[in-house]
Amino acid sequence: MKIVVDFDLCESNAVCMQIAPDVFEVRDDDFLYLLNENPDESDRERMEECVQRCPKQAISIED
Amino acid sequence: MATQSIHIVGASLAGIRAAEALRRCEFDGRIVLIGDEPHRPYDRPPLSKQVLAGDWDADRIELTKPEKFDALDLDLQLGVRATGFDLATRTLSTSDGDDTIDAMVVATGARCRNLPGIEDMAGLHVLRTLDHAHALRADLDAGPSRVAVVGAGFIGAEVAATCRGRGLDVTMIDPMPTPLGRVLGEEIGSLMADVHVEHGVDLRTGVGVDRLEANDGHVARVVLSDGAVVEADVVVVGIGVIPNTEWLEGSGLTIDNGVVCDATMLAAPGVTAAGDVARWPNVRFDEVMRIEHWDNAIEQGVHAAERLLVDDANALPFEPVPWFWSDQYDRKLQMAGRIGSSDDIHLATGSFEERRFAQLHGRNGRLVGVLGLNRPRHVMQYKTMIQNGTSFEDAVAAEI
Ligand SMILES: Cc1cc2nc3c(=O)[nH]c(=O)nc-3n(C[C@H](O)[C@H](O)[C@H](O)COP(=O)(O)OP(=O)(O)OC[C@H]3O[C@@H](n4cnc5c(N)ncnc54)[C@H](O)[C@@H]3O)c2cc1C
Ligand code: SF4
Repeated sequence: MKIVVDFDLCESNAVCMQIAPDVFEVRDDDFLYLLNENPDESDRERMEECVQRCPKQAISIED
Repeated sequence: MATQSIHIVGASLAGIRAAEALRRCEFDGRIVLIGDEPHRPYDRPPLSKQVLAGDWDADRIELTKPEKFDALDLDLQLGVRATGFDLATRTLSTSDGDDTIDAMVVATGARCRNLPGIEDMAGLHVLRTLDHAHALRADLDAGPSRVAVVGAGFIGAEVAATCRGRGLDVTMIDPMPTPLGRVLGEEIGSLMADVHVEHGVDLRTGVGVDRLEANDGHVARVVLSDGAVVEADVVVVGIGVIPNTEWLEGSGLTIDNGVVCDATMLAAPGVTAAGDVARWPNVRFDEVMRIEHWDNAIEQGVHAAERLLVDDANALPFEPVPWFWSDQYDRKLQMAGRIGSSDDIHLATGSFEERRFAQLHGRNGRLVGVLGLNRPRHVMQYKTMIQNGTSFEDAVAAEI
Protein backbone atom coordinates (compact mmCIF):
# COMPACT_ATOMS: atom_id res chain seq x y z
CA MET A 1 0.00 0.00 0.00
CA LYS A 2 1.35 3.42 -0.96
CA ILE A 3 0.45 6.60 0.93
CA VAL A 4 0.32 9.81 -1.10
CA VAL A 5 -0.08 13.27 0.40
CA ASP A 6 -1.10 16.24 -1.68
CA PHE A 7 1.10 18.85 -0.06
CA ASP A 8 -0.79 21.66 -1.76
CA LEU A 9 -3.88 20.68 0.20
CA CYS A 10 -2.21 19.68 3.48
CA GLU A 11 -2.36 22.39 6.13
CA SER A 12 -0.17 20.53 8.62
CA ASN A 13 -2.80 20.25 11.31
CA ALA A 14 -1.41 16.89 12.41
CA VAL A 15 -4.75 15.11 12.60
CA CYS A 16 -3.15 12.17 10.77
CA MET A 17 -0.21 12.22 13.16
CA GLN A 18 -2.55 11.72 16.10
CA ILE A 19 -3.82 8.54 14.50
CA ALA A 20 -0.55 7.21 13.07
CA PRO A 21 2.53 8.97 14.49
CA ASP A 22 4.77 6.28 13.02
CA VAL A 23 3.67 7.23 9.51
CA PHE A 24 2.93 10.95 9.68
CA GLU A 25 4.94 13.58 11.52
CA VAL A 26 4.31 17.31 11.60
CA ARG A 27 7.54 18.86 12.85
CA ASP A 28 8.24 22.16 14.54
CA ASP A 29 8.80 23.72 11.11
CA ASP A 30 5.07 23.10 10.50
CA PHE A 31 5.65 20.76 7.60
CA LEU A 32 4.29 17.27 7.33
CA TYR A 33 6.84 14.50 6.83
CA LEU A 34 5.85 11.09 5.60
CA LEU A 35 7.89 8.67 7.70
CA ASN A 36 6.70 5.57 5.91
CA GLU A 37 5.36 5.78 2.37
CA ASN A 38 4.58 2.10 2.18
CA PRO A 39 2.90 0.91 5.36
CA ASP A 40 2.21 -2.76 5.65
CA GLU A 41 -1.01 -4.08 4.18
CA SER A 42 -2.13 -5.06 7.71
CA ASP A 43 -2.23 -1.36 8.55
CA ARG A 44 -4.86 -0.52 5.96
CA GLU A 45 -7.71 0.19 8.38
CA ARG A 46 -5.68 2.76 10.29
CA MET A 47 -4.48 4.38 7.05
CA GLU A 48 -8.07 4.62 5.85
CA GLU A 49 -8.98 6.33 9.08
CA CYS A 50 -6.26 8.90 8.35
CA VAL A 51 -7.69 9.44 4.87
CA GLN A 52 -11.18 9.97 6.29
CA ARG A 53 -10.21 12.18 9.19
CA CYS A 54 -7.99 14.51 7.18
CA PRO A 55 -10.25 17.54 6.88
CA LYS A 56 -8.42 18.70 3.77
CA GLN A 57 -8.72 15.45 1.81
CA ALA A 58 -4.96 15.60 1.38
CA ILE A 59 -4.20 11.90 1.93
CA SER A 60 -4.86 9.11 -0.51
CA ILE A 61 -3.94 5.46 -0.71
CA GLU A 62 -2.59 4.09 -3.99
CA ASP A 63 -2.81 0.35 -3.90
CA MET B 1 -32.01 -11.23 20.00
CA ALA B 2 -29.13 -9.78 18.07
CA THR B 3 -29.85 -6.85 15.80
CA GLN B 4 -30.84 -8.05 12.33
CA SER B 5 -31.13 -4.83 10.41
CA ILE B 6 -30.25 -1.18 10.92
CA HIS B 7 -31.87 1.82 9.28
CA ILE B 8 -29.75 4.94 8.95
CA VAL B 9 -31.80 8.01 8.16
CA GLY B 10 -29.77 10.81 6.55
CA ALA B 11 -27.21 9.88 3.90
CA SER B 12 -24.49 12.40 4.57
CA LEU B 13 -21.37 12.55 6.71
CA ALA B 14 -22.67 11.07 9.98
CA GLY B 15 -24.82 8.52 8.13
CA ILE B 16 -22.14 7.09 5.85
CA ARG B 17 -19.53 6.97 8.62
CA ALA B 18 -22.08 5.08 10.73
CA ALA B 19 -22.66 2.58 7.93
CA GLU B 20 -18.93 2.04 7.49
CA ALA B 21 -18.45 1.57 11.22
CA LEU B 22 -21.15 -1.12 11.29
CA ARG B 23 -19.37 -3.10 8.60
CA ARG B 24 -16.02 -2.57 10.32
CA CYS B 25 -17.60 -4.10 13.42
CA GLU B 26 -18.56 -7.04 11.24
CA PHE B 27 -22.26 -6.38 11.36
CA ASP B 28 -23.46 -8.46 8.43
CA GLY B 29 -27.18 -7.74 8.63
CA ARG B 30 -29.14 -5.43 6.37
CA ILE B 31 -28.18 -1.75 6.44
CA VAL B 32 -30.73 0.62 4.92
CA LEU B 33 -29.36 4.08 4.16
CA ILE B 34 -32.11 6.60 3.47
CA GLY B 35 -31.45 10.11 2.19
CA ASP B 36 -33.70 12.70 0.63
CA GLU B 37 -30.99 14.19 -1.56
CA PRO B 38 -30.46 12.52 -4.94
CA HIS B 39 -26.68 12.32 -4.41
CA ARG B 40 -24.47 9.77 -2.76
CA PRO B 41 -22.92 11.14 0.45
CA TYR B 42 -20.66 14.10 -0.28
CA ASP B 43 -18.56 16.48 1.74
CA ARG B 44 -20.02 19.88 2.61
CA PRO B 45 -17.04 22.03 3.73
CA PRO B 46 -15.72 22.44 0.15
CA LEU B 47 -19.14 23.79 -0.93
CA SER B 48 -18.33 27.24 0.44
CA LYS B 49 -14.67 26.97 -0.53
CA GLN B 50 -13.29 25.07 -3.56
CA VAL B 51 -16.65 24.16 -5.12
CA LEU B 52 -17.97 27.71 -4.93
CA ALA B 53 -14.65 29.05 -6.18
CA GLY B 54 -15.06 26.84 -9.24
CA ASP B 55 -11.88 24.88 -8.49
CA TRP B 56 -13.51 21.56 -7.61
CA ASP B 57 -16.42 19.69 -9.14
CA ALA B 58 -18.83 17.26 -7.54
CA ASP B 59 -16.63 14.21 -8.18
CA ARG B 60 -13.95 15.67 -5.92
CA ILE B 61 -16.18 15.69 -2.86
CA GLU B 62 -17.64 12.19 -2.70
CA LEU B 63 -17.20 10.91 0.86
CA THR B 64 -16.53 7.32 -0.05
CA LYS B 65 -15.01 6.08 -3.29
CA PRO B 66 -17.52 4.15 -5.44
CA GLU B 67 -15.81 0.76 -5.12
CA LYS B 68 -15.66 1.08 -1.32
CA PHE B 69 -19.20 2.33 -1.24
CA ASP B 70 -20.45 -0.65 -3.22
CA ALA B 71 -18.54 -3.03 -0.97
CA LEU B 72 -20.60 -1.81 1.99
CA ASP B 73 -23.54 -3.63 0.45
CA LEU B 74 -26.12 -1.09 1.55
CA ASP B 75 -29.79 -1.00 0.79
CA LEU B 76 -29.43 2.52 -0.55
CA GLN B 77 -32.57 4.62 -0.79
CA LEU B 78 -31.73 7.99 -2.27
CA GLY B 79 -34.37 10.58 -3.03
CA VAL B 80 -36.44 9.05 -0.23
CA ARG B 81 -37.67 11.17 2.63
CA ALA B 82 -38.42 9.94 6.13
CA THR B 83 -41.78 11.43 7.06
CA GLY B 84 -42.56 9.88 10.43
CA PHE B 85 -41.59 7.42 13.11
CA ASP B 86 -43.47 5.67 15.87
CA LEU B 87 -41.31 4.32 18.65
CA ALA B 88 -44.05 2.16 20.19
CA THR B 89 -44.58 0.14 17.01
CA ARG B 90 -41.10 0.86 15.60
CA THR B 91 -42.65 2.00 12.34
CA LEU B 92 -40.60 4.22 10.06
CA SER B 93 -42.65 6.04 7.43
CA THR B 94 -41.01 7.32 4.29
CA SER B 95 -42.09 8.77 0.98
CA ASP B 96 -41.77 5.17 -0.27
CA GLY B 97 -44.01 3.59 2.38
CA ASP B 98 -43.74 2.11 5.86
CA ASP B 99 -41.13 -0.22 7.27
CA THR B 100 -40.71 -1.81 10.70
CA ILE B 101 -37.29 -1.15 12.10
CA ASP B 102 -35.09 -3.19 14.30
CA ALA B 103 -32.57 -0.44 15.08
CA MET B 104 -31.98 3.05 13.72
CA VAL B 105 -29.42 5.83 13.56
CA VAL B 106 -30.95 9.29 13.14
CA ALA B 107 -28.55 11.41 11.06
CA THR B 108 -30.78 13.93 9.34
CA GLY B 109 -28.48 16.88 10.04
CA ALA B 110 -29.67 20.43 9.74
CA ARG B 111 -30.94 22.87 7.16
CA CYS B 112 -30.48 26.59 6.66
CA ARG B 113 -32.60 29.10 8.45
CA ASN B 114 -34.31 31.52 6.06
CA LEU B 115 -34.68 35.24 6.58
CA PRO B 116 -37.98 35.61 8.39
CA GLY B 117 -40.77 37.17 6.39
CA ILE B 118 -38.87 37.18 3.10
CA GLU B 119 -40.40 35.40 0.15
CA ASP B 120 -38.30 33.39 -2.25
CA MET B 121 -37.01 35.15 -5.37
CA ALA B 122 -34.42 34.59 -8.07
CA GLY B 123 -30.89 35.45 -6.95
CA LEU B 124 -31.64 34.67 -3.29
CA HIS B 125 -29.56 31.77 -1.93
CA VAL B 126 -28.71 29.69 1.08
CA LEU B 127 -25.84 27.19 1.12
CA ARG B 128 -26.15 23.75 2.61
CA THR B 129 -26.34 21.27 -0.25
CA LEU B 130 -24.51 20.52 -3.47
CA ASP B 131 -27.55 21.71 -5.41
CA HIS B 132 -27.44 24.99 -3.49
CA ALA B 133 -23.74 25.34 -4.31
CA HIS B 134 -24.33 24.70 -8.00
CA ALA B 135 -27.17 27.21 -8.13
CA LEU B 136 -25.12 29.87 -6.36
CA ARG B 137 -22.06 29.14 -8.46
CA ALA B 138 -24.09 29.56 -11.64
CA ASP B 139 -25.26 32.97 -10.45
CA LEU B 140 -21.68 33.94 -9.58
CA ASP B 141 -20.48 32.74 -12.99
CA ALA B 142 -22.94 35.14 -14.56
CA GLY B 143 -20.93 38.03 -13.09
CA PRO B 144 -23.24 39.81 -10.68
CA SER B 145 -22.63 43.49 -9.98
CA ARG B 146 -22.54 42.82 -6.24
CA VAL B 147 -23.09 39.94 -3.83
CA ALA B 148 -24.75 40.72 -0.51
CA VAL B 149 -24.01 38.21 2.23
CA VAL B 150 -26.48 38.31 5.10
CA GLY B 151 -24.90 36.93 8.26
CA ALA B 152 -21.18 37.02 9.02
CA GLY B 153 -21.02 33.59 10.66
CA PHE B 154 -18.69 30.90 9.35
CA ILE B 155 -20.64 30.12 6.19
CA GLY B 156 -21.28 33.79 5.38
CA ALA B 157 -17.66 34.73 6.01
CA GLU B 158 -16.41 31.90 3.80
CA VAL B 159 -18.83 32.81 1.02
CA ALA B 160 -17.69 36.43 1.22
CA ALA B 161 -14.05 35.35 1.06
CA THR B 162 -14.65 33.02 -1.87
CA CYS B 163 -16.59 35.70 -3.76
CA ARG B 164 -13.76 38.19 -3.20
CA GLY B 165 -11.38 35.52 -4.47
CA ARG B 166 -13.48 35.47 -7.64
CA GLY B 167 -13.09 39.24 -7.92
CA LEU B 168 -16.72 40.01 -7.11
CA ASP B 169 -17.86 43.01 -5.10
CA VAL B 170 -19.22 41.91 -1.73
CA THR B 171 -21.21 43.53 1.04
CA MET B 172 -21.51 41.50 4.24
CA ILE B 173 -24.21 42.42 6.75
CA ASP B 174 -24.53 41.28 10.36
CA PRO B 175 -26.53 42.63 13.28
CA MET B 176 -23.76 41.86 15.76
CA PRO B 177 -20.94 44.37 16.36
CA THR B 178 -18.23 42.05 14.98
CA PRO B 179 -18.29 38.95 12.79
CA LEU B 180 -18.28 35.82 14.93
CA GLY B 181 -17.80 37.93 18.06
CA ARG B 182 -20.24 35.81 19.98
CA VAL B 183 -18.20 32.68 19.28
CA LEU B 184 -14.66 34.05 19.21
CA GLY B 185 -14.90 37.05 21.53
CA GLU B 186 -15.00 40.69 20.47
CA GLU B 187 -11.24 41.07 20.11
CA ILE B 188 -10.77 38.24 17.64
CA GLY B 189 -14.10 39.12 16.03
CA SER B 190 -12.83 42.59 15.28
CA LEU B 191 -9.57 41.15 13.98
CA MET B 192 -11.60 39.03 11.55
CA ALA B 193 -13.57 42.15 10.61
CA ASP B 194 -10.28 43.85 9.67
CA VAL B 195 -9.29 40.84 7.57
CA HIS B 196 -12.52 41.11 5.58
CA VAL B 197 -12.23 44.86 5.12
CA GLU B 198 -8.61 44.56 3.97
CA HIS B 199 -9.75 42.04 1.40
CA GLY B 200 -12.18 44.59 0.06
CA VAL B 201 -15.43 43.51 1.69
CA ASP B 202 -17.90 46.30 2.38
CA LEU B 203 -18.69 45.18 5.93
CA ARG B 204 -21.84 46.46 7.65
CA THR B 205 -22.05 45.32 11.25
CA GLY B 206 -24.53 46.25 13.94
CA VAL B 207 -27.26 46.48 11.35
CA GLY B 208 -29.99 44.08 10.28
CA VAL B 209 -31.95 43.47 7.11
CA ASP B 210 -35.29 45.18 6.83
CA ARG B 211 -36.37 43.80 3.46
CA LEU B 212 -35.29 42.64 0.05
CA GLU B 213 -36.56 44.29 -3.10
CA ALA B 214 -36.86 42.62 -6.47
CA ASN B 215 -37.03 43.70 -10.10
CA ASP B 216 -39.17 41.35 -12.21
CA GLY B 217 -38.90 38.63 -9.58
CA HIS B 218 -35.09 38.90 -9.33
CA VAL B 219 -33.51 40.31 -6.20
CA ALA B 220 -32.17 43.81 -6.79
CA ARG B 221 -31.41 45.38 -3.43
CA VAL B 222 -31.22 44.82 0.29
CA VAL B 223 -32.72 47.49 2.52
CA LEU B 224 -31.02 47.58 5.90
CA SER B 225 -32.58 48.37 9.25
CA ASP B 226 -30.76 51.73 9.32
CA GLY B 227 -32.37 52.66 6.00
CA ALA B 228 -29.22 52.13 3.91
CA VAL B 229 -29.71 50.41 0.57
CA VAL B 230 -27.30 47.83 -0.85
CA GLU B 231 -27.74 47.22 -4.57
CA ALA B 232 -27.04 43.52 -5.11
CA ASP B 233 -28.26 40.98 -7.65
CA VAL B 234 -27.12 37.98 -5.63
CA VAL B 235 -28.00 37.62 -1.95
CA VAL B 236 -26.67 34.77 0.18
CA VAL B 237 -28.27 34.23 3.56
CA GLY B 238 -26.13 32.49 6.20
CA ILE B 239 -27.91 32.98 9.50
CA GLY B 240 -27.57 29.56 11.05
CA VAL B 241 -29.22 26.18 10.80
CA ILE B 242 -32.16 24.29 12.25
CA PRO B 243 -31.90 20.58 13.10
CA ASN B 244 -34.07 18.37 10.87
CA THR B 245 -36.33 16.80 13.49
CA GLU B 246 -39.84 17.61 12.21
CA TRP B 247 -40.29 14.06 10.96
CA LEU B 248 -39.79 12.83 14.54
CA GLU B 249 -42.45 15.03 16.16
CA GLY B 250 -44.82 12.81 18.12
CA SER B 251 -42.60 9.77 17.57
CA GLY B 252 -41.97 9.11 21.25
CA LEU B 253 -38.37 10.35 21.00
CA THR B 254 -37.51 13.49 22.94
CA ILE B 255 -36.98 16.45 20.62
CA ASP B 256 -35.55 19.67 22.03
CA ASN B 257 -33.31 21.60 19.65
CA GLY B 258 -32.23 18.25 18.23
CA VAL B 259 -32.78 14.61 19.07
CA VAL B 260 -32.06 14.29 22.78
CA CYS B 261 -29.76 11.38 23.61
CA ASP B 262 -28.10 10.03 26.72
CA ALA B 263 -24.35 10.29 27.26
CA THR B 264 -23.81 7.25 25.02
CA MET B 265 -25.84 8.68 22.09
CA LEU B 266 -28.84 6.46 22.75
CA ALA B 267 -32.17 8.24 22.14
CA ALA B 268 -34.37 5.22 22.92
CA PRO B 269 -33.77 1.48 23.02
CA GLY B 270 -32.20 0.59 19.66
CA VAL B 271 -32.27 4.19 18.43
CA THR B 272 -29.23 6.48 18.34
CA ALA B 273 -28.53 9.85 16.77
CA ALA B 274 -25.41 11.50 15.38
CA GLY B 275 -24.15 14.65 13.70
CA ASP B 276 -25.74 18.09 13.50
CA VAL B 277 -29.12 16.71 14.58
CA ALA B 278 -28.00 15.12 17.87
CA ARG B 279 -28.00 16.63 21.34
CA TRP B 280 -26.37 14.87 24.23
CA PRO B 281 -24.59 15.48 27.55
CA ASN B 282 -20.85 15.53 26.94
CA VAL B 283 -19.61 14.41 30.33
CA ARG B 284 -16.09 15.66 29.67
CA PHE B 285 -17.37 19.24 29.73
CA ASP B 286 -20.42 18.61 31.89
CA GLU B 287 -22.49 20.31 29.21
CA VAL B 288 -25.38 19.34 26.95
CA MET B 289 -24.26 19.98 23.40
CA ARG B 290 -25.39 19.91 19.81
CA ILE B 291 -22.34 20.31 17.60
CA GLU B 292 -22.44 21.50 13.99
CA HIS B 293 -18.92 20.48 13.01
CA TRP B 294 -17.54 18.14 10.42
CA ASP B 295 -15.30 16.06 12.66
CA ASN B 296 -18.04 15.59 15.23
CA ALA B 297 -20.35 14.12 12.59
CA ILE B 298 -17.71 11.49 11.81
CA GLU B 299 -16.85 10.53 15.38
CA GLN B 300 -20.45 10.61 16.52
CA GLY B 301 -21.61 8.62 13.49
CA VAL B 302 -19.12 5.91 14.39
CA HIS B 303 -20.09 6.01 18.06
CA ALA B 304 -23.84 5.92 17.35
CA ALA B 305 -23.37 2.91 15.10
CA GLU B 306 -21.22 1.00 17.56
CA ARG B 307 -23.65 1.83 20.35
CA LEU B 308 -26.32 -0.21 18.59
CA LEU B 309 -24.12 -3.29 18.69
CA VAL B 310 -23.33 -3.29 22.44
CA ASP B 311 -25.58 -3.84 25.42
CA ASP B 312 -26.24 -1.06 27.92
CA ALA B 313 -23.72 -2.39 30.42
CA ASN B 314 -20.89 -2.06 27.90
CA ALA B 315 -21.87 1.26 26.38
CA LEU B 316 -19.30 4.04 26.53
CA PRO B 317 -20.09 7.73 26.90
CA PHE B 318 -19.38 9.92 23.89
CA GLU B 319 -17.08 12.59 25.26
CA PRO B 320 -15.07 14.20 22.47
CA VAL B 321 -13.23 17.50 22.44
CA PRO B 322 -15.16 19.23 19.65
CA TRP B 323 -13.14 21.08 17.05
CA PHE B 324 -13.69 22.86 13.78
CA TRP B 325 -11.90 24.92 11.22
CA SER B 326 -12.91 27.71 8.89
CA ASP B 327 -10.81 28.95 5.97
CA GLN B 328 -11.23 32.56 4.96
CA TYR B 329 -8.78 34.09 2.45
CA ASP B 330 -5.37 32.91 3.61
CA ARG B 331 -6.47 32.72 7.24
CA LYS B 332 -7.16 29.37 8.86
CA LEU B 333 -9.25 29.66 11.93
CA GLN B 334 -9.49 26.66 14.22
CA MET B 335 -11.05 26.06 17.56
CA ALA B 336 -10.99 23.04 19.87
CA GLY B 337 -12.81 22.49 23.13
CA ARG B 338 -15.14 25.04 24.68
CA ILE B 339 -14.48 28.72 25.12
CA GLY B 340 -16.38 31.27 27.15
CA SER B 341 -16.18 34.95 27.94
CA SER B 342 -15.13 34.48 31.58
CA ASP B 343 -12.29 32.02 30.86
CA ASP B 344 -8.68 32.59 31.86
CA ILE B 345 -6.80 33.42 28.68
CA HIS B 346 -3.20 32.99 27.61
CA LEU B 347 -1.62 33.75 24.26
CA ALA B 348 0.58 30.71 23.77
CA THR B 349 2.21 31.57 20.48
CA GLY B 350 2.22 34.37 17.92
CA SER B 351 0.30 37.62 18.24
CA PHE B 352 -2.87 39.29 17.06
CA GLU B 353 -0.76 41.75 15.00
CA GLU B 354 0.79 38.88 13.04
CA ARG B 355 -2.66 37.32 12.74
CA ARG B 356 -1.08 34.07 13.63
CA PHE B 357 -1.58 32.82 17.15
CA ALA B 358 -2.94 30.19 19.48
CA GLN B 359 -4.94 31.40 22.47
CA LEU B 360 -5.56 29.06 25.38
CA HIS B 361 -8.69 29.08 27.51
CA GLY B 362 -8.73 27.82 31.08
CA ARG B 363 -11.58 27.25 33.51
CA ASN B 364 -11.38 25.99 37.09
CA GLY B 365 -7.70 25.35 36.61
CA ARG B 366 -8.16 23.13 33.57
CA LEU B 367 -7.35 23.73 29.90
CA VAL B 368 -10.78 23.74 28.22
CA GLY B 369 -10.27 25.40 24.85
CA VAL B 370 -7.86 26.66 22.24
CA LEU B 371 -8.47 29.11 19.46
CA GLY B 372 -5.95 29.45 16.69
CA LEU B 373 -5.35 31.50 13.60
CA ASN B 374 -2.93 29.94 11.11
CA ARG B 375 -1.65 27.64 13.81
CA PRO B 376 -3.24 24.30 12.91
CA ARG B 377 -0.53 22.15 14.46
CA HIS B 378 -0.69 24.00 17.76
CA VAL B 379 -4.46 23.76 17.96
CA MET B 380 -4.28 19.99 17.54
CA GLN B 381 -1.56 19.62 20.12
CA TYR B 382 -3.49 21.64 22.67
CA LYS B 383 -6.58 19.66 21.75
CA THR B 384 -4.74 16.54 22.85
CA MET B 385 -3.92 18.25 26.13
CA ILE B 386 -7.60 19.12 26.65
CA GLN B 387 -8.37 15.47 25.99
CA ASN B 388 -5.81 14.42 28.58
CA GLY B 389 -7.26 16.74 31.23
CA THR B 390 -4.12 18.91 31.36
CA SER B 391 -4.17 21.73 33.91
CA PHE B 392 -4.22 25.28 32.58
CA GLU B 393 -0.92 25.93 34.32
CA ASP B 394 0.80 23.00 32.63
CA ALA B 395 -0.64 23.96 29.26
CA VAL B 396 0.64 27.51 29.64
CA ALA B 397 4.08 26.20 30.60
CA ALA B 398 4.24 23.64 27.78
CA GLU B 399 6.70 24.30 24.97
CA ILE B 400 5.22 23.24 21.68
C1 LIG C 1 -21.13 25.10 3.14
C2 LIG C 1 -20.70 24.40 4.39
C3 LIG C 1 -19.38 24.52 4.83
C4 LIG C 1 -18.96 23.89 6.00
N1 LIG C 1 -17.66 24.04 6.41
C5 LIG C 1 -17.25 23.46 7.56
C6 LIG C 1 -15.91 23.64 8.00
O1 LIG C 1 -15.09 24.33 7.35
N2 LIG C 1 -15.53 23.03 9.16
C7 LIG C 1 -16.39 22.28 9.90
O2 LIG C 1 -16.00 21.75 10.95
N3 LIG C 1 -17.68 22.08 9.49
C8 LIG C 1 -18.12 22.66 8.34
N4 LIG C 1 -19.42 22.48 7.92
C9 LIG C 1 -20.34 21.67 8.76
C10 LIG C 1 -20.37 20.19 8.39
O3 LIG C 1 -20.44 20.03 7.01
C11 LIG C 1 -21.58 19.55 9.07
O4 LIG C 1 -21.32 19.57 10.44
C12 LIG C 1 -21.82 18.12 8.60
O5 LIG C 1 -22.21 18.10 7.26
C13 LIG C 1 -22.89 17.44 9.45
O6 LIG C 1 -23.14 16.17 8.94
P1 LIG C 1 -24.50 15.40 9.23
O7 LIG C 1 -24.38 14.10 8.51
O8 LIG C 1 -24.80 15.42 10.66
O9 LIG C 1 -25.67 16.29 8.59
P2 LIG C 1 -25.90 16.81 7.11
O10 LIG C 1 -24.62 16.93 6.40
O11 LIG C 1 -26.78 18.00 7.25
O12 LIG C 1 -26.72 15.64 6.42
C14 LIG C 1 -28.02 15.27 6.73
C15 LIG C 1 -28.63 14.58 5.53
O13 LIG C 1 -29.91 14.09 5.87
C16 LIG C 1 -30.84 14.45 4.87
N5 LIG C 1 -32.19 14.50 5.46
C17 LIG C 1 -32.71 15.48 6.25
N6 LIG C 1 -33.97 15.17 6.61
C18 LIG C 1 -34.26 13.99 6.03
C19 LIG C 1 -35.42 13.15 6.02
N7 LIG C 1 -36.51 13.47 6.70
N8 LIG C 1 -35.37 12.00 5.30
C20 LIG C 1 -34.25 11.64 4.63
N9 LIG C 1 -33.12 12.40 4.60
C21 LIG C 1 -33.14 13.56 5.30
C22 LIG C 1 -30.34 15.79 4.40
O14 LIG C 1 -30.86 16.14 3.13
C23 LIG C 1 -28.83 15.52 4.36
O15 LIG C 1 -28.46 14.90 3.17
C24 LIG C 1 -19.88 23.11 6.75
C25 LIG C 1 -21.20 22.98 6.31
C26 LIG C 1 -21.62 23.62 5.15
C27 LIG C 1 -23.04 23.49 4.70
S1 SF4 D 1 -4.51 15.40 8.46
FE1 SF4 D 1 -4.37 16.10 6.35
S2 SF4 D 1 -4.06 18.30 6.46
FE2 SF4 D 1 -3.63 17.45 8.47
S3 SF4 D 1 -1.43 17.13 8.49
FE3 SF4 D 1 -2.37 15.22 7.89
S4 SF4 D 1 -2.42 15.32 5.65
FE4 SF4 D 1 -2.03 17.39 6.36
